[in-house]
Amino acid sequence: MDIECLVLGAGQEVGKSCVVVTINGKRIMFDCGMHMGYLDHQRYPDFSMISKSGEFTDSLTCIIITHFHLDHIGALPYFTEVCGYNGPIYMTYPTKALAPLMLEDYRKVMVDRRGEEEQFSSEHIVKCMKKVTAVDLKQTIQVDEDLQIRAYYAGHVLGAAMFYAKVGDAAIVYTGDYNMTPDRHLGAAQIDRLQLDVVITESTYATTYRDSKYAKEREFLKAVHKCVAGGGKVLIPTFALGRAQELCMLLDDYWERMNLKVPIYFSAGLTIQANMYYKIFINWTSKKVKDTYATRNAFDFKNVCSFDRSMINAPGPCVLFATPGMISGGFSLEVFRQWAPHEGNLVMLPGFHIKISISCCLCSKTPTQIRLDQDVFIDVRCQIHQLSFSPHTDAKGIMDLVKFLSPKHVVLVHGEKPKMAALKEKIQSELGIKCYYPANNENLCIPSTHHVKAVASDAFLQSCLCPNFKFLETSSEQDSELAITHNIAMPQLQVYDDRVCEGVLTLQRDQNPKVVNHNELMSALGIKTHEVKLAQCCEVSREFPDYRHEHIYSNMPPLLLKGKMPSQNTSHTVNSCCTSSMAGEELAAKTTTARWKLGGGFELELRFEYEIGGGAERGEMEARWWVFWDEVVLVEDGGQPVVWGLEVAGGGKGDDGT
Amino acid sequence: MELTCLSEGKGFYFPPCHIMDICGFRVLFDCPMDLSSLAIFSPLPVDANAISNDENISGSCHKYADLELNEDKGQKIDKPLDANSLICAEPQYKTITNLLLWNVSFIDVVLISRPMGMLGLPFLTRNKDFIAKVYVTEAAAKIGQLMMEDLVVMHEEFRQFYGPDARKWMNWEEIELLPLELRQIVFGADGTEFGGWVSLYSAADVKACMLKVDSLKYAEEACYNGTLILKAFSSGLDIGTCNWSITSPKGSIAYISNSIFSSATAMSCNYEALQRTDVIVYSDFSSSDAANKFDDDNNCPGAAGNNFSNLSDDDVNSKARTTLLDADEYLEEMAKLDFICSCSMDCINSGGSVLIPIGRLGIVLQLLERFALCLASENAKVPIFVISSVAEELMAFTNIIPEWFCEQWQDRLYSGQPLFSHKEMLKDGRLYLFPAIHSLELLTIWQEPCFVFCPHWSLRLGPVTHLLRRWCGDPNSLLVVEEGVDVNLALLPFKPMAIKVLQCSFLSGMKLQKSQQLLKILQPRHVLFPEKLRQHISPLETSFSFDYYSENKTIHISNPKEDSELDIEVELARRLQYTTLKQKDINILRLKGELVVERGRYRLSLGNEQVMSSQTRPMLHIGGVYSNDLLMALQKMGMKATVEEITGVGGSDNASIIHVLEPSKAVIEVREAQTLISNGDENVATLISQAVYSLLDCV
Ligand SMILES: [Zn+2]
Ligand SMILES: [Zn+2]
Repeated sequence: MDIECLVLGAGQEVGKSCVVVTINGKRIMFDCGMHMGYLDHQRYPDFSMISKSGEFTDSLTCIIITHFHLDHIGALPYFTEVCGYNGPIYMTYPTKALAPLMLEDYRKVMVDRRGEEEQFSSEHIVKCMKKVTAVDLKQTIQVDEDLQIRAYYAGHVLGAAMFYAKVGDAAIVYTGDYNMTPDRHLGAAQIDRLQLDVVITESTYATTYRDSKYAKEREFLKAVHKCVAGGGKVLIPTFALGRAQELCMLLDDYWERMNLKVPIYFSAGLTIQANMYYKIFINWTSKKVKDTYATRNAFDFKNVCSFDRSMINAPGPCVLFATPGMISGGFSLEVFRQWAPHEGNLVMLPGFHIKISISCCLCSKTPTQIRLDQDVFIDVRCQIHQLSFSPHTDAKGIMDLVKFLSPKHVVLVHGEKPKMAALKEKIQSELGIKCYYPANNENLCIPSTHHVKAVASDAFLQSCLCPNFKFLETSSEQDSELAITHNIAMPQLQVYDDRVCEGVLTLQRDQNPKVVNHNELMSALGIKTHEVKLAQCCEVSREFPDYRHEHIYSNMPPLLLKGKMPSQNTSHTVNSCCTSSMAGEELAAKTTTARWKLGGGFELELRFEYEIGGGAERGEMEARWWVFWDEVVLVEDGGQPVVWGLEVAGGGKGDDGT
Repeated sequence: MELTCLSEGKGFYFPPCHIMDICGFRVLFDCPMDLSSLAIFSPLPVDANAISNDENISGSCHKYADLELNEDKGQKIDKPLDANSLICAEPQYKTITNLLLWNVSFIDVVLISRPMGMLGLPFLTRNKDFIAKVYVTEAAAKIGQLMMEDLVVMHEEFRQFYGPDARKWMNWEEIELLPLELRQIVFGADGTEFGGWVSLYSAADVKACMLKVDSLKYAEEACYNGTLILKAFSSGLDIGTCNWSITSPKGSIAYISNSIFSSATAMSCNYEALQRTDVIVYSDFSSSDAANKFDDDNNCPGAAGNNFSNLSDDDVNSKARTTLLDADEYLEEMAKLDFICSCSMDCINSGGSVLIPIGRLGIVLQLLERFALCLASENAKVPIFVISSVAEELMAFTNIIPEWFCEQWQDRLYSGQPLFSHKEMLKDGRLYLFPAIHSLELLTIWQEPCFVFCPHWSLRLGPVTHLLRRWCGDPNSLLVVEEGVDVNLALLPFKPMAIKVLQCSFLSGMKLQKSQQLLKILQPRHVLFPEKLRQHISPLETSFSFDYYSENKTIHISNPKEDSELDIEVELARRLQYTTLKQKDINILRLKGELVVERGRYRLSLGNEQVMSSQTRPMLHIGGVYSNDLLMALQKMGMKATVEEITGVGGSDNASIIHVLEPSKAVIEVREAQTLISNGDENVATLISQAVYSLLDCV
């Protein structure tokens, strides 16, 4: 069976993430995003690729949403309420709480402000979210009898998760957006070592290597501080969610430490609700932030107050968070118009943004005048500062994650084509893992793992497991290097046995294959085994001196047989057995069956020990001694049995054994 | 598999305790202690630092001491039970006596099903031989930790009062003199429990204990030793409580503790996750705690299993589900809470205060909310106090764990409201959290009438003892206690009392009628059911079998699966070539690979080349050799041979000896399971063995 990856969005681009993966007959849609760069039909994934008839509920087993960003969830209300998908949808608790705010904010910007035709209504958003099942990290969710999914911490934004999905023996991970280094507000991505066929990973920064985020954060704080110290106003256009809380937390903390009194404002009413969610879901933030919840919730901003229009031109310095994140419209634009012409002011631009927005024009060069509408121009004299820290992993992080998971295949999405090509080469050459970066609407087939199901007897398993275990725990050094130790990971214990396991597999009609031990064949399955032995027979006899008064003679010279092994390599097991008859009346010989392991094919010594009861004056013993060369010899010599000569050493007719 | 019930427990606060042998691993379910036994101790006299009260303090301690001295120790007449009978000493705590009989180092895994189930854990973990892994849900771990810390703080009050050189309470003569009721608590019903009393652990013990706890989310997989997969699923009893699912190569087990299907606060019981487990250990004793309700249960429609016999499986299931999830219980619970609320408001309105020493977080949260609503609707400004050393942390914690609450409360969150209004209430002075009753701040803010939530429900420890002393003479005040506690004994030191006492029973598990429906839905193969409840369940027409367990007896159950499942990797399987046996219709092959145990599954994979090419065991020959067939085969090769049959003693040692004469001499001894070829000549031996092999299947 193959795993099929149908890439409906974010193939060789960033935007409208949507990958439909088919594993053993189960079909999962990962993310259902929209592309902010398009206003026509291209803004949504081409859902007709999933089902020509439009019967989506039957065509998909479930939808999984990784986080609340619009390029991952923006098309969901459209897909459920307009296209009519009615099946299960999974996302984490914070995503379920925050996504409707994000969607509503977007809908408002598009419809109310830009006057565009409505793709979905507020009611659609509410109805859509009602269909969502919230999941917690690490919960194993049984979607149906065969499909298991599990969320892992992804960093990136509050509630962002990577998802693991398993059907039968085949399993994949879809990362969504993630961050491999912790920052002040979120932890680093964290996942178990898993057996995976495919990892589908974002590759926003496929070729970028970054320094720590702390330095960038300091830079940001300094710039803001400098501006307000000089009496200027700082405009930070952001989405209502995520970045706003993160920056606000930084500023709030900085304000406390520096004892600054300059007001920090939040513009939109939405953010109050968003802040509430950040407070409640503080368990989903970085360890440092959540450890302090009992004394002070870090999202309980002390220095932040709300803002209204009348304050735009109020005198004095301030910091303002305004939505939307692009200055292309809405309140951000309104404030920008007023503040941009003044030299002392500062505009903070988010690190990544969409082509059509104004902010792009701002950072590519520093214009003095930008054209807004037909006849509207704005003089820009204020400072422009670009926020360069991003919640995405860099190339090292992607490589680390792929190396850690060591899947059989990697699929790159959510990136730029040339950079993806470079990363693909790197993954294939450095890690030896097959890698792909399909374009939109491409369907990729990847062979999947399939195991033969058998049952094994206890004796077999025990014979395999008893001796030398090798324990491997995922929380090894390699992991901490990966910064995957955000939480104390549940140690995933793997037990390896260095020994080769050998058994017999039997297959009977209408029964599962069964694996048993060699010696169980008869008892477990009623199969008769037959031993074939080749033996060399040596007849030896020996006389005993007078041992009348002794019972056990430890100094009795041993009877030795010496042989030479023909084969040059490895060790063989040699069995011998012996029958004996005694001439002396009360002699009793301890007949030994001896077993030797011989190294390198060398001298073999069979030792015959006696135990002679008292009373005998003299004895003579005759023994027939077989040396069995085990079948190994036959196998090694091309199936031809080989027997070779033995000579009796150490005295055939022994007297005193000197 | 083996199950030993160490304790059936009693009520919400004292969960049952079992130990189970699964695949050779010993799994302990819960490690509680019996805090209701604290009733034998006298609470501390009024704290001089606390809110002063002019009422007389009964100097019971001194009286008791005097009495004791004058007593004729030879007599064994039971003293009447009164406040003076209680033991005036630093309390001891009653653990599971039967657990002490087990070697601590033999326990491999401890599974905790609710915060109450971990209160005895520090006693175990402070033992240096303790090596087990402890698994608890995240929420239960935190709540349990806070409970233990609070217990230590409350106990500290006794230590300070009695001083470090406090006399030992376990003086035989003194105990012999105790009234019967108290002696029964000391020794247990069967007189064996005296050894279970121990001194309380320290704060450091609690801290060390928590370091040994692995906390899990609901439905998170924990893997013990690669073999056992452990998962906690919500049980609905309270926040963070769970039922356990254990999957081993030998079958799956579900441990069902007290469960509620439509829970008012906590996430409801997730029974679906336990469907089709092989063995169910049913450990919800709540219906035996409410024994007088048995009759009602049995009269309920649908209680008899045979009503379903004519219905299809689906019908049975849907009907069972309806019974399970009916809203009656939920509504009843809501009605109870409303009733408490209205009684409390009446009491407040008549100038009295309300004292609520209930230890259930879910109930406390519900009541807090109701009180706030009632007060708001009546526009009354009456403060609500939560007094406990962990009040602040507990409240902060409940505000950040929406994932553990019931759907209704989660929906509240999604619709944009905060989970609780605690924050606002704290801000505008409707709610106060205080660590202790004698904090200065509390004294300045204190105002009566008021609502007070504070520990401890045993009425022997904590702020409740002081407040009850203060209010017990006030006929307008109200004390809310739970059923199941021996109220008479609990209130003994506070008598005579004028305060109103409202005793209520909250939902603490499933009714027997529901348990039967549950089993129908879960469809296990085998059920381990309490002997105690056996008489109360109507016999079920079911496909599964029952075993009944009782305290301190071990039940053996055969493993549901004889063989373990094994995955053989395709890369390995592709290399395999089958031989079809001559003697039977069986395909057979030799298997060689590397065995990996991962998350409870065995997988055989292609080992590395070095491993795969290493020495193989000898060829396996299957079938039998008959002397005539062999003779024919030899003759075909042009050998001359004769057969000689040898009959051993009793016919057991039969053999055929074939003497090969040409081309050279050889002896072949053919027995049932072995052929022995003795010959000096290599080539002839080769030929003979080929002839033998042709008669056998070689694998
Ligand atoms: Zn994102
Ligand atoms: Zn994205």
